[in-house]
Amino acid sequence: MLAVRDRQDRAAFGALFDYYAPRVKGMLMRKGCGHGQADEIVQDVMLTVWRKAAMFDPQRAQVSAWIFQIARNRHIDVIRKESRPMPEELAQEPDAEPDASQVLGMEQEAKQLKEALARLKPAQREMIEAAYLGELSHRELSEKTGLPLGTIKSRIRLGLDKLRHELKGMRAE
Amino acid sequence: MSAISHHIPEPLMAAYAAGSLPRPYALVVAAHVSMCDACRATVAAHEVAGGVVLDEMVKAPVEEDLKASVLALLDAPVDPEPEPVKRSGVYPGPVMEALKGRPPRWKSLGMGVKQCILETGDTGSVRLLHIPGGRAVPDHSHNGLELTLVLQGSFSDETGRFGVGDVEVGDEDLEHTPVADDGPPCICLAATDAPLRFNSLIPRLLQPVFKI
Ligand SMILES: [Zn+2]
Ligand SMILES: [Zn+2]
Repeated sequence: MLAVRDRQDRAAFGALFDYYAPRVKGMLMRKGCGHGQADEIVQDVMLTVWRKAAMFDPQRAQVSAWIFQIARNRHIDVIRKESRPMPEELAQEPDAEPDASQVLGMEQEAKQLKEALARLKPAQREMIEAAYLGELSHRELSEKTGLPLGTIKSRIRLGLDKLRHELKGMRAE
Repeated sequence: MSAISHHIPEPLMAAYAAGSLPRPYALVVAAHVSMCDACRATVAAHEVAGGVVLDEMVKAPVEEDLKASVLALLDAPVDPEPEPVKRSGVYPGPVMEALKGRPPRWKSLGMGVKQCILETGDTGSVRLLHIPGGRAVPDHSHNGLELTLVLQGSFSDETGRFGVGDVEVGDEDLEHTPVADDGPPCICLAATDAPLRFNSLIPRLLQPVFKI
């Protein structure tokens, strides 16, 4: 993904397509799209990945999390014909060196989450999938999603604090 | 600005991240997240979990020529995306977007209380409320879920005090009379999935007129 972002590397984008296109399509079909419509949305999603690559920040999101939200937004645009209200973007510091320990930390957290998902009983796992595919209403979602999100929350919070701090420093200059 | 002490409940955050939250509530969540880093991190954490689910998703093969057509489109010219609507005064970006970039057009509800309906439809409604200091929102109860986010000033009711950035979550069981605290008018963003029911006769008669 970083090769796509930093060098507009087409081969790297091709690899990203091979990995994510069938998964995004799987997600869309699970959401009830037919083959043709799912392929159309997959095309939009992958083009958005290419065009918005500059906005990808590995300190704040995993590649899969980033593509998940692009696919979810596009699905809402197409199916519900409405745009999803989005929070204000936090300004990005231009050309800042990514903090390697923060990026590594995010990767580790995501890996632990994946392991936690793998350890769940099939029924529980099915619930989690249904939750994140948007099949459960907010009333059906119980207090706990069954995945431990606490540590990843604090990791992301750390990244946000750092970003705020640096933005403040930039304004002070 | 005092720290935010009333946040969005976890199931609503999960539903927002998953894209299943009805639009009126999603607007309140987006506005709150614009003001609250704790909840911004929560949404991002749910999106990481969504990404994990995507990673493990059962794969469905795409049409053979889809990759070629996507690759061929990489250099195609695209219309520049519209700039996201910026915060203006006390109104966060997503609220300004719902206002189409213009200041709110207030309609009087009497007693100095004003409202500006942003959206109303099958999935509920979302509005701005403007309550002068010391004034109350008419006594009412809820058919469904009500989310109220404070954008300016503060209000208090039977359950506590709510300042800028705080969200009050009301449901069928909550019957409350929010009163704006003394000081600048309290401006709130309020979303419901069902009409509010006012408890005194007069406001109930007025309900259809004001679309409350
Ligand atoms: Zn919050
Ligand atoms: Zn209420």
